[in-house]
Order: sequence, then C-alpha cells, then structure tokens
Amino acid sequence: MSSALIRLSPTDNVAVCCRSVAAGESLTIEGLELVVQRDVALGHKLALVPLKLGDVVLKYGVPIGSMTAPAAAGDWVHMHNMKSDYMPAHLRDATGDRA
Amino acid sequence: MSLQGWRRADGRKGIRNVIAVVYLVECAHHVARRIVDRADDPQVHLIGFPGCYPNDYALAMMKALTTHPNVGGVVLLSLGCEGFNREALSSHVAASGRPVETVVIQQAGGTRAAIAAGLDAVARVRALADSEAIRVPVALSDLVIGTICGGSDGFSGITANPAVGRAFDSLVDAGAACIFEETGEMIGCEGHMATRAASPEVAAAIEASIAQAEDYYRAMGYGSFAPGNAEGGLSSQEEKSAGAYAKSGARPIQGVILPAEQPPGPGLYLLDVVPPGAPKFGFPNIVDNAEIGELMACGAHITLFTTGRGSVVGSAIAPVIKVCANPETAARMADDMDVDASRILEGRATLDKVGD
Repeated sequence: MSSALIRLSPTDNVAVCCRSVAAGESLTIEGLELVVQRDVALGHKLALVPLKLGDVVLKYGVPIGSMTAPAAAGDWVHMHNMKSDYMPAHLRDATGDRA
Repeated sequence: MSLQGWRRADGRKGIRNVIAVVYLVECAHHVARRIVDRADDPQVHLIGFPGCYPNDYALAMMKALTTHPNVGGVVLLSLGCEGFNREALSSHVAASGRPVETVVIQQAGGTRAAIAAGLDAVARVRALADSEAIRVPVALSDLVIGTICGGSDGFSGITANPAVGRAFDSLVDAGAACIFEETGEMIGCEGHMATRAASPEVAAAIEASIAQAEDYYRAMGYGSFAPGNAEGGLSSQEEKSAGAYAKSGARPIQGVILPAEQPPGPGLYLLDVVPPGAPKFGFPNIVDNAEIGELMACGAHITLFTTGRGSVVGSAIAPVIKVCANPETAARMADDMDVDASRILEGRATLDKVGD
C-alpha cells in the first residue's frame, strides 16, 4: 500500500492522499488515471470523478457531506467545495462552512 | 498475561496502587500540587475539581475516581469554605476500605502548614495502602479499557482508529469491558451503531444519545470539529465521525453508560458524554481531558488515545496510551507517541498487527 492514494471503499468518489501530491502529477489508482489539479497535503482528499454541485461525497462508503461547488477529477475536495449535511464546522477565522 | 495487581474490597482489581491527592476547589490546587511535587513519588498523583458550587456531576466523578481500582489511598485538600461536600466524599472513600485523610487549609493554618500536614497525611496513607495491599494476578477479563481520539486528521480513521477497533475486538473476546465515547463524534453513525446493539432497548438508547449530542452541538452552533481537523484533511463532522467510529471495532454494543457509571458486565459499551438538557457553561465541559477523566470514572484501567495531529494529554491514576495515525506526527513527536499505527499506511504493518 505504498501508492500515493487510497480509496477506502469501492463506492467512494474521493481518495485520501498518503503523501503530499503536487499539481500536474499523474497518478493511477485502481486503473483510473488522474491528473492532480493543485497541490494537496497528505491526509486530504482528491475527487476520483468529476463532482457537481449537490453531489454526495462518499468516503468509507458512507456520505460525509455534499458538494457546494463543482470539482474536476483530481481536484482537492475540502471545505471550500463541500459541507457537512449535519452541522457547520468552525475554523480559526470563524467563517465556518459555506451555507 | 501475567500481570500482578491489587485487589480492592469491591472485587475490582487495580494495575496501580496510587495515592490520590485531591483538591476540592481551585483555591486548594496550589497546596495540593506542592504536596504531590514534594512527595516526589511517581505513585502519588494529583486530581481535583476547580469549581465552587454544588455540583452533582463533580461529586459523582470524584467519588468514582477516588475509589478507582488503581487508587490505594486518598488525601483530600479543602480550602474550607468551598461548596464541595468533602464529608460525603471522605465517607465514600472510607466505606470503600481505603485509607483517607482530609486537610482543611483554613484550619491547618495556611499554605505552609497545610503543605506540611498534607505531606504527613500522604506518608501515613501511603504506608497503610502498602501494608494493606492484597496482591493478585490480573487477567484481561479483569480490565476496563477506554478509547478516545483527539487531534484527528485524515489518517486517524484509516490507521489508528481501526487498529484500536481490532484491539477492542480481541479484548472483548477475552472478557474485558471496553468503552468508546464522544457521542458528538458519532453523529452520522447512529444507524449503523443501532444495528450492532445487543437488544432493541440498547438500539433506542444509542439513537437517543446521538440525537441528544446533535441537539447539544446544534445549540452550540458547531460540531465537535476543530480547525486542526480541517488542516489534517477532514471536511465535515460526519467524515470525522466515520473515522472515530472505527475505534469501536465490530462486536455487539451491550449498553450506553453515563460518566462515573461502571459497565455492568464484560463487552462493549458506549459512554454518553453529552449532558442532558440545554447546553450550559460550567461542568461538564466536553473536551478530551474531561472525557479521559470520565472514562476513568467508569473504571477504565487504561485508555487508548488515537491521534493524527498529535496530542500530549497524559493522565493521573490510569495510563493513557497514544496510538499515532500520521507518519509525519509519529516522527515529529516520537517522545509522546507510544504506538505508531501509521506503519499501516506505509505497508510496514497490518491493522491486525498494530491491534495486537
């Protein structure tokens, strides 16, 4: 399991970066070719397929929130383009999730 | 496992024979800390409650902690005018068969005199705890094990948490009682958890406890989600929950218990740390350190603490074992991390191996 990405469940539409990845890098995961769209730190998520507004994000095979903006395959998926379906999160600048 | 422990009058067994020095209000904290410092004995530990008002939660917690199986004797430090019911606590400890003394700072003559009196009391209680000790072998089935996560990141739910889940399965199979917690960090997992309940009543209790946590955090305006979680790659409460839930393993859930309640038998239990009713300031205050105290008050001999970002929370009375999820943290904070679960990520170990 020394690859750069790990998909935790076969139904997941995001993968977790096992190391920091750089914009422009080409990665292969389970036969899928991905070009990394921007620098993403380890522990963060990349979209495995194009995601559109309102799409449910799946990790561990379970919903972890919904897209608030589209993301291309290989793009970073985080609080700038997804949000909790339960409750907002707070950041140090106290902006929280986008509604 | 051939571990020698201490048998207590209530039948439980400890893996330590600690003398607890307990401050009953913040005003007595300094005197209590000086006594522990000057006692210079690794088995004399400081615990306490800082508030000064009648608080059923604090009394229940302190009763449970001062009669924790790892505690062999107790010295109470009171300022004298605080709200804490020192007589009730002292009677409770004495009834458990443990030596207990109380030093009241206003009666002892102030800081210096109270420190001297406290050191004498510690020496007497220590001597009694040692002379009355009954050494017995301790089996896994005698143990209560807690788990908590703190400073979680995108790896916690992949490495450290599922590894602890495997360890929990083995411990439950060996007859131990295991406790997982932070119902606020299980929001989103309630449906799956209910399917693991040992009975329909337990399933209803699980769902009720998560609904209460959701109400609590909604009223607070945010979930149990810190900025560091986001920096570590987590994007939502339910993503954090899905990873946190992996600590519970796969065995049936036998029941939901409250802080300072002992698990009624072996098996897996959920600790409901969210107080009922509308959120209030004061105690309890849901943070990692308080939750570890609550796991200990439920009798936990050891707490397995998983962390990705890196926590340095330790504990009096009952050891806290750090299980690290993130390879960069494991290297950067090696002195604080006890088990490196990030080996799983790098293919240097399996989940089962770390779980062992």
